[in-house]
Amino acid sequence: MAELLAVRGLRVDFATDRGPAQVLDGMNLDIETGEVVGLVGESGCGKTTLARAILGILPEGAARIRAGEVRFKGTDLLREDPAAVNDRVRGRAITFIPQDPFTSFSPLFPIETQIMDLMKWKSPRAGNGGGPASILGRYPRARHRADREAALEILRAVQIPEPARALRRLPHEFSGGQRQRLMIAMALLPRPDLIIADEPTTALDVTIQAQILRLLRALVKERGVSVLFTTHDLGTAHEICDRVVVMYAGQEMEAAPTDAFFGRPAHPYTRRLLASVPSPGGEIRDIPGEVPSLVTPPSGCRFHPRCDYATAECRDVRPALRALAGAHGIRCHHPVDAPAGADP
Amino acid sequence: MSAPAPPLLEVVDLVRHFPVRNAFGRRVGWLRAVDGVSLAVQPGETLGLVGESGCGKSTLGKTVMGIYTPTAGDIRFAGREIGWLAKRERRAVARDLQYVYQDPGASLDPRWKVVHLLHEPLKIHTALSRAEREREVLAILAAVGLPDAHLDLYPHELSGGQQRRVGLARILTLRPRLVILDEPTSGLDVSVQASVLKLFRGLQEAFALTYVFISHDLAVVRAICARIAVMYLGRIVELGPTAAVFERPRHPYTQSLLAAVPRIGGRRVTQEFALEGEPPNPRDVPSGCRFRTRCPHVQARCAVEEPPLREVEGRRVACHFA
Repeated sequence: MAELLAVRGLRVDFATDRGPAQVLDGMNLDIETGEVVGLVGESGCGKTTLARAILGILPEGAARIRAGEVRFKGTDLLREDPAAVNDRVRGRAITFIPQDPFTSFSPLFPIETQIMDLMKWKSPRAGNGGGPASILGRYPRARHRADREAALEILRAVQIPEPARALRRLPHEFSGGQRQRLMIAMALLPRPDLIIADEPTTALDVTIQAQILRLLRALVKERGVSVLFTTHDLGTAHEICDRVVVMYAGQEMEAAPTDAFFGRPAHPYTRRLLASVPSPGGEIRDIPGEVPSLVTPPSGCRFHPRCDYATAECRDVRPALRALAGAHGIRCHHPVDAPAGADP
Repeated sequence: MSAPAPPLLEVVDLVRHFPVRNAFGRRVGWLRAVDGVSLAVQPGETLGLVGESGCGKSTLGKTVMGIYTPTAGDIRFAGREIGWLAKRERRAVARDLQYVYQDPGASLDPRWKVVHLLHEPLKIHTALSRAEREREVLAILAAVGLPDAHLDLYPHELSGGQQRRVGLARILTLRPRLVILDEPTSGLDVSVQASVLKLFRGLQEAFALTYVFISHDLAVVRAICARIAVMYLGRIVELGPTAAVFERPRHPYTQSLLAAVPRIGGRRVTQEFALEGEPPNPRDVPSGCRFRTRCPHVQARCAVEEPPLREVEGRRVACHFA
């Protein structure tokens, strides 16, 4: 498969009262065409910051990109002309599904207004300039008709009943699951190469979550779209992803194909994280210690204060990324070679 | 199931309806949040109450707690009817019966130091002297795993996890007998969730607590609860020992709910998952069996006759065909 997105050595600092917080510290990520990649990690590990850095919507003023590149189809988005990124990439080649389907629609306008407003600028049928020249510009009639047809078709694909009537309704007339279906529809409409889905099922009940995950996976596989799926729920990552990347304190710790990731995790952090999922037998294992401060992160390996295998080397030397067999990458001095669950 | 000890909490045919009003304040219908629920909680056990949002599990917890008054039915706590008590008498029960919200840390007054926060419930509910209160507070603080030095801090100086511990300490200073935990781990990362669950378990042993554990997270319920009640649209559809219900769910809703939980390792459950549609609006409950609109095994009888909870294989199930 071909490389679609490659993040290399990305460093992002956030200004805080106590000094700069190193939210991303040499982060790497690869996504191939048509691949669903899961980005898992605990709150505060930098998942959302990475997603926003790829989309180019980091909060201005607070965030500073210190180093690294975000290569998308060969061009570095961080160094590309911002206007060109806005026209061709953000919202078109890369789209976004937010976590919360309840607050992501405007409550004042019918669904049709909100979808057509997006399509006016981001339709695959709008030229390279990305729609009208100004906000007052006309929406060409023929394109409007074609875009509306496409919208109806995609609403059918996400299984919204009676799409034509649904377009006239207001967001509050839809349930949470249906609103998330509408969000998926809007993310697919510009015919993107990559969808960034930020915990899209966290706010939903399990039966609805199962429906949405199945739908999303089927739709992107059918269309050959890549997905970066961030989640803190490991079970969800197992359901939908081809490959899983685990983040801890602003760095990727381990990346592997889904089966290897869950079956033979090599990083002590990954193993601890998997073990903290409640087991049917009622055994509960937590990870001792707390998530480190990003203003004064630990030296060497960022996980060493909480690690069962830490040595002096881990305290002093920052582990480099290295490859294990089977497209399995890891950032650790002492990778564990054992099936999941076999720990001291 | 044999029950040698009398139940600590017994709920009989409990109903709580909320009026639905139009823009002019006229009642146009009833939202049947809890619609005839009966269950018993034995002393020292943990009963899990699961179901999807809107199934009435929180309303049930809050009605037992006295936050809502019941529309009909009985609530018996330690052999005494408490659903219909006058406010004054009800307050005396509040000591024994405590409610833990999703984030007990969020309910701390930001202007009070921890020491003040922990003394307050004792001042209101007990006649202990200052020295006795001090001793009590220190004991509780140690039990939830916080150092004494934290007594002089304000809530904002503590981390989220520590705030949560202070919130729990506040509830435990009164030595309650029954604690209702309402979604205590939702929104937490798995590693933090594991330490919170460990804490709950340790406290249950240390203080001989009885828990009602309300959650939508089936993995957590399976790990921590001995018995489980599954709710759908205001009613219990299946009630029994956790292990048995998880291994062989008998109600079609329980089966679908368990099938929807993402599992790590093995096949993807979403490839086989079959349940379509969403729960109906509790303002407009289907006739007969409430689950019939989504049930894969629905038959004509289901639309006419509401199935009662009946004994099947050591548990109770509300389905004609279980």
